[in-house]
Amino acid sequence: MIAFLVRRLVQAAVVMLVISVLSFSIQNHLGDPLRELVGQSVSEEIRDALRTEMGLNDPFLVQYWRFLGNAVKGDLGTSYFFKRPALEVIMDKLPATIDLVMGATFWILVFSIPVGAFAAINPKHWFSRLSMGFSIVGISIPVFLTAIFLIYVFAVELGWLPSYGRGDTVTLFGVWTTSLLTGDGLRHLLLPSISLASVILPLFVRMIRSEMMEVLETEYVKFAWAKGLPRQRVWMVHAFKNTLLPVVTVGGVQIGIMVAYTILTETVFQWPGMGFMFLEAINRVDTPLIVAYLIVVGLIFVITNTVVDIVYGLVNPMVKLVGKHDEQ
Amino acid sequence: MALLSIRNLEVVFPLRTGTIPAIQDVSYDLEEGERIGIVGESGAGKSVSAFAILNLVSQPGYLSSGSIVFEGQEISNADDETMRRIRGNKISMIFQDPMMTLNPVLTISTQMEETLLAHTRMTREAARSIAIEKLRAVQIPSPEKRLEQYPHELSGGMRQRIVIAISLLTDPRIIIADEPTTALDVTIQAEILELLLALCNDYRMGLILITHDLGVVSQISQRILVMYAGRIIEQGNTREVIASPAHPYTRGLVGALPEMTRPGRRLNQIPGTMPSLQSIPTGCPFHDRCSHVTDLCRSHRPDLVSGSRRAVACHHPLTG
Amino acid sequence: MSSDTLEISGSFRKRLLDSPVYYSFVRNPTAMASAAVLASFILSSALAPWLAPFDPWDQTQFDIMDSEIPPAGSDGADGRFLLGTDAMGRDMLSTILYGTGISIVIGVFATILQAAIGVTVGLAAGYFGGRLDSFLMRIADIQLSFTTLMVAIIILAVFQTTVGPRFHEDFAVMIIILVIGVAEWPQYARTVRACVLGEKKKEYVDAARVIGLGPTRILYRHILPNTFSPLLVISTVQVANAIITEAALSFLGLGMPVTKPSLGALIRNGFEFIFSGAWWITAFPAVVLVVLILSINLLGDWLRDVLNPRLYEK
Repeated sequence: MIAFLVRRLVQAAVVMLVISVLSFSIQNHLGDPLRELVGQSVSEEIRDALRTEMGLNDPFLVQYWRFLGNAVKGDLGTSYFFKRPALEVIMDKLPATIDLVMGATFWILVFSIPVGAFAAINPKHWFSRLSMGFSIVGISIPVFLTAIFLIYVFAVELGWLPSYGRGDTVTLFGVWTTSLLTGDGLRHLLLPSISLASVILPLFVRMIRSEMMEVLETEYVKFAWAKGLPRQRVWMVHAFKNTLLPVVTVGGVQIGIMVAYTILTETVFQWPGMGFMFLEAINRVDTPLIVAYLIVVGLIFVITNTVVDIVYGLVNPMVKLVGKHDEQ
Repeated sequence: MALLSIRNLEVVFPLRTGTIPAIQDVSYDLEEGERIGIVGESGAGKSVSAFAILNLVSQPGYLSSGSIVFEGQEISNADDETMRRIRGNKISMIFQDPMMTLNPVLTISTQMEETLLAHTRMTREAARSIAIEKLRAVQIPSPEKRLEQYPHELSGGMRQRIVIAISLLTDPRIIIADEPTTALDVTIQAEILELLLALCNDYRMGLILITHDLGVVSQISQRILVMYAGRIIEQGNTREVIASPAHPYTRGLVGALPEMTRPGRRLNQIPGTMPSLQSIPTGCPFHDRCSHVTDLCRSHRPDLVSGSRRAVACHHPLTG
Repeated sequence: MSSDTLEISGSFRKRLLDSPVYYSFVRNPTAMASAAVLASFILSSALAPWLAPFDPWDQTQFDIMDSEIPPAGSDGADGRFLLGTDAMGRDMLSTILYGTGISIVIGVFATILQAAIGVTVGLAAGYFGGRLDSFLMRIADIQLSFTTLMVAIIILAVFQTTVGPRFHEDFAVMIIILVIGVAEWPQYARTVRACVLGEKKKEYVDAARVIGLGPTRILYRHILPNTFSPLLVISTVQVANAIITEAALSFLGLGMPVTKPSLGALIRNGFEFIFSGAWWITAFPAVVLVVLILSINLLGDWLRDVLNPRLYEK
């Protein structure tokens, strides 16, 4: 188990290193920091002097090492547009994105598990057929279209819910803002979180259903029936626990997908989170902010994947003997 | 009155291409403490006939007619709760592959205790001590340690012993063992069979042993049922059937036993293969593999002719 | 010679008609309807230059004075524009016909590229195993965890800012195919690898090796054909996903330019006008996009049920 942990952490570190190299190359080749500082009017000699002073003429590795050192200290450069440290700008936007992801996760957890399990246990039931039909339609509608549709119906036509922004927020511990704790904030969160959930929820329902149907056919579930266990115990303990294993692994990947889709959802709803900020940064060629976003998102991905793998290791008794990727 | 009495059992599988009868007209009795063996090739319907007793035939198959009387009670149409109380309690099962039978994510103790708690009101501690007692009964060393382990930490033979211990937990009247040794090494097979035999004697349990291996049956069961293409074609006392098989198919099976062949000679095989259940020929289902076939065999299916407990479904039974 | 070909095509026809795929297809109304819808989309977009009343890529053919004309049947409709016009005065019907073509082309070619990369990597990883296998699968895992959309957004964002929008406009289709193709190969690699591992254990592979066939020949002639059904099933899903990804990229302004809009770019184009009531600029491309993806997904679902490959997902 310890070897497994160490290997997993080393891998996470390697991935972060690769991300930092990529980010640094982007920073190095995208836009000219000098132009952002002094404009076009300065002579070539002064430019070159400035370059040397800023270390831009140093060898690539030296510059990268400096970049890495600064990054570890939390210095990811200064946003051209906001004129503030890029990390600070992102930290301002992060809570809004987390609210959105939490809202969507809520819908996914509340609906996918009971619907998926029900459809696996009663595949011929009308509700199962209906939810399978809905799920394939759900998978086929791009997230931004769901968002636009919801805005059109509930904001433009009916006027029930707001179509943009975050609404009232509460500041926790002086640093963290959340709209989960105010009625107005929740009203604002409703449509964006449903849109974001609309891509992943159908995938989860289908995945839970198919995994559980497979588990229900196994010998050990048949044996559980033959032992005369109550049906709830067969379904919830014997079948569902084994269904969860693959779902946890894929679920970790889905968190990553969700972060990517926040860019779309936030753009449609003008939700003041990281994704919306990232797209604006691209349009403004605000390189330090783009790079900072890549590093923060990379970190989020690596952390969630590592945590998911470790949780998988804890849930699955087999991992104690062999590493997950050494099967067969 | 027999402990278990099965009459004219029929299980069908409705498929897209038509309804297939997996077993037809299966009837037999099991007395208290009696051990019977059901023999046949795979697909002959022996497993289905056993699973049908507990109403556990896999989807989409179902019991379409017949009666099953257990302890004087008709259970072929019993409700789910009644069946649940019988399964794993009065009648328990042992499955074929011990590698697949135990749930990989639950400890042995969970999988043993839950069986007891599902059938009897007792504390977890009481259940645990019964579990330890039964693990001792199947000769598992240091049972307390095994209880905390997961299935993948144990060997195949050890797992099958645990499966047997689980089937013993509630002191059942009947154990149904579906090919309990097929997946095991030959040396372990013998140990497990001896264990089963001893336990049946000690606890006075009935045993329905399903196997394709005539050798296994001859060691364990007092009575034998031979199935072919979904029907019982011969039944009787094990020693008699093996000594003088009446059905040409049974004789083929007996002749194919390695003990029946002189060293260096080819094993005797029955020519041809069993017909698939979708296309059972008219007349005797065995006729196109039989060396004694007549026109009567091709046109009329022989019924199981019962002479006391010895019976055969053949127009031209072998004698001597 | 000709009788020979005839015989082959005749036996192919017979094999097709006898196959379980055909049997299930003609008994499944959903599959038949999806195939019909998909075929009509492919056909009409391929024939767009002849079917469409206008050429939406030709700036001389539309007039800003015709902008935001509602579709036929509404007040202020114009007989020339059956589905109305967008903010630039382009005929919606024509732009949708051309845009559907772009979406399908990108979806199909991106999938072909994914398959080419993924199948090669998967075959190599599965057949040779060992360190090469764990290395390739680690990369696949990591890339999958970053998701296609994220990778594509980043690459396109960097690309667009580096080469400038002008260049991007000219080569947009190829760039998007490349990005989606490269970002999504792990799906194929994993499926093929799992199949190879399953097939490798079988005796015919040993037999082929014993008679002295080289690894390339064994891989392509003996193992690859056996991976066909799972590949076919994931390919339908992958085409649908590629079309969705392209639409999302275009909606964010990172995909197809406004001058040569795909369905996603058309929706981006119309989004700002739904608040002012010009719903048709968004709604028509949106409906076409959803129906297109849905028909592919339904076909994929049906294929999965019929071929029933054990999809090695992990």
